[in-house]
Amino acid sequence: MAQTASAPDLTGIDLESLTADVVKLAMKAGASDAEAVAREGDEFSVNVRMGEVETLKESGSRALGLRLFLGRRSASTSTSDLTPEGIRLLVDGALALAKVTEEDDFTGLPDASEFGSIDSDLHLYYEDVYSLAGPARIDLARRAEAAALETDPRITNSDGGSFDAATGRKVLANSRGFAGGYRSSYAGVSAAPIAVDANGHKQRDGWWTGARRLLDLESPESIGKEAARRTLRRLGARRVPTQSVPIVFAPEVARSLIGSIFEAASGDAIWRSASFLAGKLGEQIAASTLTIIDDHTMLLPSGVGGFGTSPFDGEGLPSRRTVVVENGVLRNYMLNTYTARKLGMKSTHNGSRGLAGTPGIGCGNLYLQPGQLTPDDIIGGVSAGLYVTSLMGFGVNVVTGDYSQGATGQWIENGQFTHAVEEVTVAGNLAEMLNNVTAIGNDLVFRGSVASPTLRIDGMTIAGA
Amino acid sequence: MATPAASPQPSHKRYFFEKFGITERILERCLGEALSAGGDYADLYFESVISTALGVDEQIVKSASQGTSAGCGIRVLSGERTGYAYTDNLSPERLLHAARTAALIASGPAKQLVQGFTEAAAADLYPVPLGGFDLDLAARLELILRADRAARAADARIVQVRASYSEELRRILIAASDGAFASDTQPLCRLNVFVIAKAGAITTKGSTGAGGRAGLDQFVGSKSPEHLASEAVRGAILQLGAVAAPAGEMQVVLGPGWPGILLHEAVGHGLEADFNRKKTSAFAGLIGQQVANSKVTVVDNGTMAGRRGSLNVDDEGSPTQETVLIENGILKGYLTDKLSSRLTGAANTGSGRRESYHCIPMPRMTNTYMLAGEDSPEDILKSVKRGLYAVNFGGGQVDITNGKFVFSASEAYLIEDGKITAPVRDATLIGNGPEALKYVSMVGHDLKLDEGIGTCGKDGQSVPVGVGMPTIKLDKMTVGGTGR
Repeated sequence: MAQTASAPDLTGIDLESLTADVVKLAMKAGASDAEAVAREGDEFSVNVRMGEVETLKESGSRALGLRLFLGRRSASTSTSDLTPEGIRLLVDGALALAKVTEEDDFTGLPDASEFGSIDSDLHLYYEDVYSLAGPARIDLARRAEAAALETDPRITNSDGGSFDAATGRKVLANSRGFAGGYRSSYAGVSAAPIAVDANGHKQRDGWWTGARRLLDLESPESIGKEAARRTLRRLGARRVPTQSVPIVFAPEVARSLIGSIFEAASGDAIWRSASFLAGKLGEQIAASTLTIIDDHTMLLPSGVGGFGTSPFDGEGLPSRRTVVVENGVLRNYMLNTYTARKLGMKSTHNGSRGLAGTPGIGCGNLYLQPGQLTPDDIIGGVSAGLYVTSLMGFGVNVVTGDYSQGATGQWIENGQFTHAVEEVTVAGNLAEMLNNVTAIGNDLVFRGSVASPTLRIDGMTIAGA
Repeated sequence: MATPAASPQPSHKRYFFEKFGITERILERCLGEALSAGGDYADLYFESVISTALGVDEQIVKSASQGTSAGCGIRVLSGERTGYAYTDNLSPERLLHAARTAALIASGPAKQLVQGFTEAAAADLYPVPLGGFDLDLAARLELILRADRAARAADARIVQVRASYSEELRRILIAASDGAFASDTQPLCRLNVFVIAKAGAITTKGSTGAGGRAGLDQFVGSKSPEHLASEAVRGAILQLGAVAAPAGEMQVVLGPGWPGILLHEAVGHGLEADFNRKKTSAFAGLIGQQVANSKVTVVDNGTMAGRRGSLNVDDEGSPTQETVLIENGILKGYLTDKLSSRLTGAANTGSGRRESYHCIPMPRMTNTYMLAGEDSPEDILKSVKRGLYAVNFGGGQVDITNGKFVFSASEAYLIEDGKITAPVRDATLIGNGPEALKYVSMVGHDLKLDEGIGTCGKDGQSVPVGVGMPTIKLDKMTVGGTGR
């Protein structure tokens, strides 16, 4: 194929006036308050496998959501039908639904005085993610895969190389005077090679680069090579006996632990007592070396907005930086308007808004502050232990803190990697694990909105052979 | 062009023609445009979904929401290549534009369509009147209010109760360049209960759910709000007194029903034809080989009336069927869709599914279960000196390429000298797909299917599925606890 089809004219609908109109219609129909959200986006993706294009996808879509209130009752609707008839059904549907709900004293939009948006340019949108012609896009995917395939003769197969690009626009408006919107862009290149050992055992791993503008992407060749390195090091993996040894979490898995702490500190889990962190505000919950930040305003070192950066939250409150844990002390619960009211507190501007339903709680750029040690220092300090490079499963219970996940990685003996490990679990309890963090790396890199440096935790149990 | 099915058209077909102004001429033009650059095959997938959700929380009906979406995905196949584009605007211009975008996957002279559509006779697996927006909300609210009352009354240690009901009505219409034509209306509903229990410093959770492609009258007996509430409460209270789960390799007995998630992860995904065509699965090339104990027979069956994983036709318009995956321990076949069937010559098992019109279809499971054996569940438990008895699970996951899979037990007990003793805390079980079922040494006569709660994720696409299993004993499996 030589080119992509010319894009259709999607500028016919102005999302700002659309959301403003929907709010007005809802108020006119009898709502006491209303909030409308609109989204539009374009996506492109191509996957090249064994040198040939396997899938190519290109499309755009738009949708609209409405939340309205009848006093202390509320309901929400969403639609992909932006015609006047579709909007009429959206409003009528929400009104009818609100009438079957019951009064909840804590529901409602934020106070008008709380609204706001960061005025400065957060550098979230770069048109260049779509600037490449079709063949050049395919070439990025092809080069990533080719670099992986040519690294080593043991790499004999592949799930392919890919290039993705996406742009989106979100608009929020409500009856208390907030109106705002922003655009964002994303591009990514990845590779997922498969290696086979002498016994015919297959292993797959992968690597990727993602950025808001093309310029910031790492080269496809470096992605392919790193994907190959990660796949090859899994070869010869075996189980290890059941034992308790130090566990070193690589950054790409340590970030999931930080995500679990955020979930446990989220207002919804807190007011329900459905978290091992409920009631622990102001208390020491982790080793004093641990500081966790949730920053919705951050720019990356390149000057581009972070993956979790936005001018305002899902309820129209200005983005901010919040300390979650400081030197091991739980400083803030992560709150939207509803959960803040339930707890008699103020929102931390962590409201997240999908198209449908009530606002949830979402993180911005969530990270564990780096320490002084290099990853090699940390690994070098372990006499016998497991370096974990991937986790599997859903074995994290933030109510009890019980943690049990499938793990893959490298065995450490006297500070050196000796062989690959697979088909084992690592288990503990988050409350204890947080206090048993014994080393934090200096290798914090944002590859997504949640990031962590290398992390060593003692006292966990490996279950294996 | 032949008119699809002459006699009275089912309402789901008329729906797209009447509501969106789709005509056979538009379908034909779009398919023609899709093959204008020489693709081998093209199909159009129209989808319209209406979803409703209601929630009671702290004895208050706090939330009610409804969503509607409609769109069309257009796919072109050219050799092993797939071109895909979609639109949420069903005007002829936008449909033709999407067709042109998808067409560019191929390069060559335009291909001709098969003349006329043929609609295959489809099953009628969903015994439910098709309501649409005129829902009886009161009857739905009553279900969650009953669940809320029952959970609160059950035990003073229950401090939080949330009950929710969700429902969707999905209409699809598929027209393909090979003449295939199909339409369906697929209802799906689900009732969930979530509780928090507290005793002293210990807090635990419990949750249950049930549902299927059937009406509200399904929520009786083991799916009644009261039963679901009491099960959620029982799970949470049990955890208040749970001890650390053991760590290491041991005998494991899995209870009947939902623990069938073992099959879904250990073998099901590994037998999806796309992974095997590309030889990226640990099961590639194992057809005809022993992959399980000879007592083990596993099927995937999309034709069971009213079940969550069932479909009259798959998302490529092919009728679903019962497919034997493992028979008496021997690997028999893969789950295929049109692409894998065309490329490998294997028969199409009607397993092409997708999350929505935004997504490219691929081979997926429907309802996957192990057939009953001859052992009594009591004998199975009695045969274990020291092990784990796991009866309820959270989610699972598999690495297709090396075959390693996990699934997380949410209700399990120690077995000591053939007797069930202490409940244990949550723990993940891990195994190797092509090996795990070889360690099955006993298979119960108590086959049970799950209550209709499964959702399977693959490549970012979620689809509803079912699982089932009798009580089984695995002679060894690794349990990921912290205890001894």
